Amino acid sequence: MSDTGKQMMSPAMAAERVAAGLAARRGREKRFRIYGRIAIGIALAFLVTLFVSIFSKGIPGFFQHYVTIEVALDRAKLDPAGDLSVQSLYDGDARGVIRTALYEAAGASGRSGRKAAGKIISQGAEQRLRNAILDDPSILGTTRAMTFAVDDDVDSFLRGFIKRETPEKDRRINDKMIGYIDVLNDKGLISFRFSDYLVFGSASRNAEMAGIYGALVGSILTLAVCLVLSFPLGVATAVYLEEFAPKNRVTEIIEININNLAAVPSVVFGILGLAVFIGTFGMPRSIPLIGGVVLALMTLPTIIISSRAAIRAVPPSIRDAALGVGASRMQTMLHHVVPLAMPGMLTGTIIGMAQALGETAPLLMIGMVAFIVDVPGSVTDPGTVLPVQIFMWADFAERMFILKTSAAIMVLLAFLILMNAAAIVIRKKLERRW
Amino acid sequence: MEMQVMNAPSKQDLEVSHVPAETVGNIFTDHPRMTARNVNVYYGDKQAIDNVTLDIAEKQVIAFIGPSGCGKSTFLRCLNRMNDTIDICRIEGEIALDGYNIYAPDVDVVPLRARVGMVFQKPNPFPKSIYDNVAYGPRIHGLASSRDELDDIVESSLERAGLWAEVRDRLQQPGTGLSGGQQQRLCIARAIAVSPEVILMDEPCSALDPIATARIEELIDELSSQFTIVIVTHSMQQAARVSQRTAYFHLGKLVEVGNTEQVFTNPEHEMTQNYITGRFG
Repeated sequence: MSDTGKQMMSPAMAAERVAAGLAARRGREKRFRIYGRIAIGIALAFLVTLFVSIFSKGIPGFFQHYVTIEVALDRAKLDPAGDLSVQSLYDGDARGVIRTALYEAAGASGRSGRKAAGKIISQGAEQRLRNAILDDPSILGTTRAMTFAVDDDVDSFLRGFIKRETPEKDRRINDKMIGYIDVLNDKGLISFRFSDYLVFGSASRNAEMAGIYGALVGSILTLAVCLVLSFPLGVATAVYLEEFAPKNRVTEIIEININNLAAVPSVVFGILGLAVFIGTFGMPRSIPLIGGVVLALMTLPTIIISSRAAIRAVPPSIRDAALGVGASRMQTMLHHVVPLAMPGMLTGTIIGMAQALGETAPLLMIGMVAFIVDVPGSVTDPGTVLPVQIFMWADFAERMFILKTSAAIMVLLAFLILMNAAAIVIRKKLERRW
Repeated sequence: MEMQVMNAPSKQDLEVSHVPAETVGNIFTDHPRMTARNVNVYYGDKQAIDNVTLDIAEKQVIAFIGPSGCGKSTFLRCLNRMNDTIDICRIEGEIALDGYNIYAPDVDVVPLRARVGMVFQKPNPFPKSIYDNVAYGPRIHGLASSRDELDDIVESSLERAGLWAEVRDRLQQPGTGLSGGQQQRLCIARAIAVSPEVILMDEPCSALDPIATARIEELIDELSSQFTIVIVTHSMQQAARVSQRTAYFHLGKLVEVGNTEQVFTNPEHEMTQNYITGRFG
C-alpha cells in the first residue's frame, strides 16, 4: 500500500515505546485524581465549617427560656368594660396582673425589688395574656399557670452569656434580678423550650419576641409575584427567540443583552425598581408587589437562558417528526417541544426562584428593609423578606438576636434546599426518554 | 389519474432547453406526481444541488442512490420543503406536486406536508403512546370527526404499516418502548395516517437490523400500490429490491436516472457504472 519508502515501526518497538511512557501517564492520572480529591475535600471542609457554625448557633436560637407563673385572672382588672372586646382588654391592667403573679412567685417586695422582678418577664407577656383571653374567655376569673417568655437579657444570663462574676455595674442585669431568677429557678418555674415567638412572631426590637413569621409571609408573597411574572414571560421569550425569531442583527443584540443582564449586579435592579416603580409610578415602598417585580426582572435572564437551553436540548428528530406530518411550527412547539423542554424550564425557574429567595440588595433599595411589625396580608401591604430580616437582625447587638439570626438562616437554608429538591423531583418526574 | 404539469413548460420545450447536459437516462415519466425542474439548492455559499430536473412517477418507488454528501437527502427534503427549517438553505428552480409549484409564494407548507409525508433515517416516534403517535396527524388536520373514526384511522394505518397485530393490545403504551424496526413501522403508520400522496423515506432502514429491514422493504413494496414513494438509500441491493426507478446522484448533480433494472445491469454513465460496481463511494 505505502509507497513512501519509509519503514514502518516494528510492533515490538512500538510496544516498547508505549511501555516506556506508561509509568508517566499513570502518574499523571494518579496526580490528577489526587488534586480532584483535595479540591473536593477543601470544598467539603468549608461546607462543614459553615454548617457547624450556623447550626451551633442556630439550633439554640430555636429555643428560649420561659417562666411559668400562677396568674389570678381577675375579670374586673383585665376586662373593665366586661364585653371581651379588644379595646376593653387593652384598657385593662394585664401588666399589673402578670406582675402581681410574678412578684408572688419570685418573692419580690419593696419598690426596687418589684422594679427588678418586673424586668425579668418579656414585654410581650401582656399581649400573650390578652390573646389567651380572646381565645378562651372562660379562663377569666380563674387562677391559671401561664407561661411567658423571659426578657432577652435574662435569657442571656440563663444561657451563661452574662456571668455572675462580672461586676454588677458591667452587666445588664443587677444582683437583685439574679436573686429573683435564682428563686424562680429553684422553684422549677423557668423552662427552656421551643421558641414559639421565633416561628409565629414578627419583627420586634425585643429579641425575645422577634420572629420570622412576617418575613416568611413577605418572602412567599414576593416570590409568588416573581414567579407569576417571570415564568410565563421567560418561557415565552425563550420559545420565541429559539423557534420563531428571525436570526438577524436585532435578535442577536437582544440575545447578547439577555446574557449580559444575567450578570448585572442585583442591586442595579433594585435601583431600577426604585426609580421606575416608586419614583415614576409613585407606588408605595416596602411592598411585596414591587419586590416581586424587581426580583422577576432579575430572574428573567436566568429563566430565559435555561429555557432556551432546554428547548435546544430537545432532539431535532422530534421537530422533524412533527413537521413531517404537517404540524405547523406553533403546533410543533406547543405539542412536542415545550412539553419535552418543560423539566429543564422548571428546573431553571426553581433555581431562579431560589436565587430570588436569597436576594437582599435589590429589596433594600426599594425599602423592604423597613421595620414592619404587621404580617403582610396582601402583596400591597408593607412587608419584609427573610434575607432582609436576617440582615437587620445581624445588625443588633443583643446576644439573643445573634442566635435568632442563625436560626433564621437555617430556616432560609431549609427553604432553599426544599426548592432545589423540588427542582430535582420535578425533573425526574417529568423527564421522558426519547 | 392523468396529471397535467400546469405551471411548468411543456415537455417538448423542456427537453430542448432545460435538460442538464450531465443527466443521462430518462428523467421524464408518463404520469408524474412530482416534477422538479432545474432545481439548485445552496447552503450559504455552498451549492448542494446543481440543476436537477426529474419526474417522480405516480404509484412507483423511486430510489435515490449515491455516495455520502451527494445531495440525495437534500433533494428529498426539498420535495416537502423540510429544508425550510434550515435558515441558510436557499432553493432555486421549481418543484411541482400535481402540477402546482410547491415553492410558489402563496403555498402553505402545512397542507403540503400532509400530502407529502416523510419517514426519517432514525425512527423518531413521539414520546407518547402508540395510539397518539398515529393519531397525531389526523388530529391536527381534523381528519376524523369522531373518536370512532379516529380509532379506525389508527387501526387501518397500523394495519397497512404491518404493525397492528403486534401492538393491538398495547396501544396506550409508549411508542418509544417498541423495537427499532417496530418504531420505524410506527413512523410509517404515522406518515400514512394522514393519507398522503407521496411518502418520502430518508434511509429508513439504516438504523435497523437485516430482519427489520426486510420487513420494511416488504412494506414499501405493498405501499407502492397506493402511494408514490421516494426512498433514499445507501444500500444498492435495497434500491434494486424495492424500486422501479433509480436516480444516481453525485456531487449535487443528478448523473443518471432510469429503470432500476437497467441502471443496475447496464448503466449508461461511467460514474454510475463505477459506483454500482463498488469502485468508489
